[in-house]
Amino acid sequence: MKSTLAPPSPSLIDLPDLQLDDARALLAHDARNGQPQHDESPTDYLQRVIDSLCELSLKDPLTGLGNRRHFHAALVRQIESVARSGESVLLLLLDIDHFKNINDTHGHLAGDQVLRAIGHCLARCVRPVDTVARYGGEEFAIILPNCRPLFGRTLAERIRQAVSDLCVQVSPLLNIQATISIGGAYAPEWVRSTPELWIERADTQLYRAKSNGRNQACIDQPQELSVSAEEKGLLYSHLAADEANPFEFGPGNVTNRVNA
Amino acid sequence: MNDVLSPPAHHSDLAEVPLKPLGKVLAVTSGKGGVGKTFVSANLAAALAKRGHKVLVLDADLGLANLDVVLNLYPKITLHDVFTGKAKLEDAILPAPGGFSVLLAGSGMVEYSRLTSEVRSEFLRVMNTLVPNYDVVILDTGAGISDVVLFAVSLASEVLMVATPEPTSLTDAYATIKVLVGQQQRQTIRVIINQATRPGSGAAITNQLQQVLDRFVVAGLNQPIRLVHMGDIPLDPEVRQAIMRRQLMMQATPGCPAGVALGQIARNLEESVIPRPA
Ligand SMILES: Nc1ncnc2c1ncn2[C@@H]1O[C@H](COP(=O)(O)OP(=O)(O)O)[C@@H](O)[C@H]1O
Ligand SMILES: [Mg+2]
Repeated sequence: MKSTLAPPSPSLIDLPDLQLDDARALLAHDARNGQPQHDESPTDYLQRVIDSLCELSLKDPLTGLGNRRHFHAALVRQIESVARSGESVLLLLLDIDHFKNINDTHGHLAGDQVLRAIGHCLARCVRPVDTVARYGGEEFAIILPNCRPLFGRTLAERIRQAVSDLCVQVSPLLNIQATISIGGAYAPEWVRSTPELWIERADTQLYRAKSNGRNQACIDQPQELSVSAEEKGLLYSHLAADEANPFEFGPGNVTNRVNA
Repeated sequence: MNDVLSPPAHHSDLAEVPLKPLGKVLAVTSGKGGVGKTFVSANLAAALAKRGHKVLVLDADLGLANLDVVLNLYPKITLHDVFTGKAKLEDAILPAPGGFSVLLAGSGMVEYSRLTSEVRSEFLRVMNTLVPNYDVVILDTGAGISDVVLFAVSLASEVLMVATPEPTSLTDAYATIKVLVGQQQRQTIRVIINQATRPGSGAAITNQLQQVLDRFVVAGLNQPIRLVHMGDIPLDPEVRQAIMRRQLMMQATPGCPAGVALGQIARNLEESVIPRPA
């Protein structure tokens, strides 16, 4: 091959030999610079192209949100973390209500604008640690790590409200208002579940929200392990005793403290 | 707090224990993961076996099983094959190092980490077949209060709650005890404090749990709840070393502090719940 015959270069790669046209075009399309910079080493340039392509491959071009692949990878990571830490992680599936009507009545361009506006709205509703993705046609998904069961319903309701308050101006004379239905499920704590099972549980809730009349949120609520601050205070009092008397610690001590 | 104590409708049918009282079923459970359930299940089984009991350990942690790692057994046939009808129950039971029998979950069991009616009936069928054949069946369950864990625990005559002295572990153990008391009307829960850093500290912790329960939970019930301290297991480097060497601690170094503690817990169980072998 040509590269083996070429004089030894500081880099192993002979850049002009690589067929980077498609990659450059893709990056240019995404308003990124696909050309090598003058002060950039070939390795740095290639690394930059690869990084940008990886990022593109995880992105939904229309909304700029994560795509289905990105969503799946994030879901798998969360399942691992839930299995090890028992953390509460909520998955929401969100589907725009009667989206077909919007497309049929106002055209696909209007539909795209609605998708984009709702996508932005969802991203604004959540924290930076949360993953918002376009899951399919008019369906979105949000993964919320560290979301206490107590907050799930409130949060989903807030998102639903934010979308229904949204007024998408698709032309000077036309505003479209859309609503979404939301289904949510928590990952089973301390269990290494599968993406399919988890999605299926959220999907069942989404179906419930749709069949209950749409524009609502249904959550598969896990049982909350509720321990009040007062209970905790009493539970941990042995630790205080432990620190105060590291060498003379017995049941008697604890009892005295509690009754005092 | 009352929310936790009133069982949701779909759980109410789990309270019934549909087992013939032919043997002792001990559920080893915890509020938090990684506290030592599997370590306790396997080594307690070995300690009881050494004392002459016929013991079987069932890997009931369908979502996060690691009994295979602790026992260094990777069989072809597992509980998963029994559940899917690919193998007979007898063929999935293996002799474990330590002189007891074991039924491993198998990796496919994640699919069963949800309590569907099939999982429930398969589980029941397996238990009903197994229990009459052993003096003691130990269920190595998952952590927390997922429906599968609660179901597995509901099949047991005794609950062994494993906790470490860490605040998070104690909070979760306490919360789990509240659920067990509320949903399964458990009146006695046996506590093992694992990874204790000082001798005697475990009894104080159990005592503490009992006081919080009495004050916040029992006050609203018409029956007492009794936590029975079954013993402490010290934090012992031999435990980790045995796992690294792929050996069962109770077999490799039974004289180490954790081994001695487990021997004592086995004796305590004999005095309270398991009849001494003939
Ligand atoms: N008494 C102990 N001393 C030292 N390490 C321990 C002790 N008990 C458990 N461990 C460590 O904790 C880890 C988790 O224990 P494991 O039995 O797998 O927990 P669980 O089944 O509750 O998830 C083990 O791999 C072991 O290294
Ligand atoms: Mg385990």
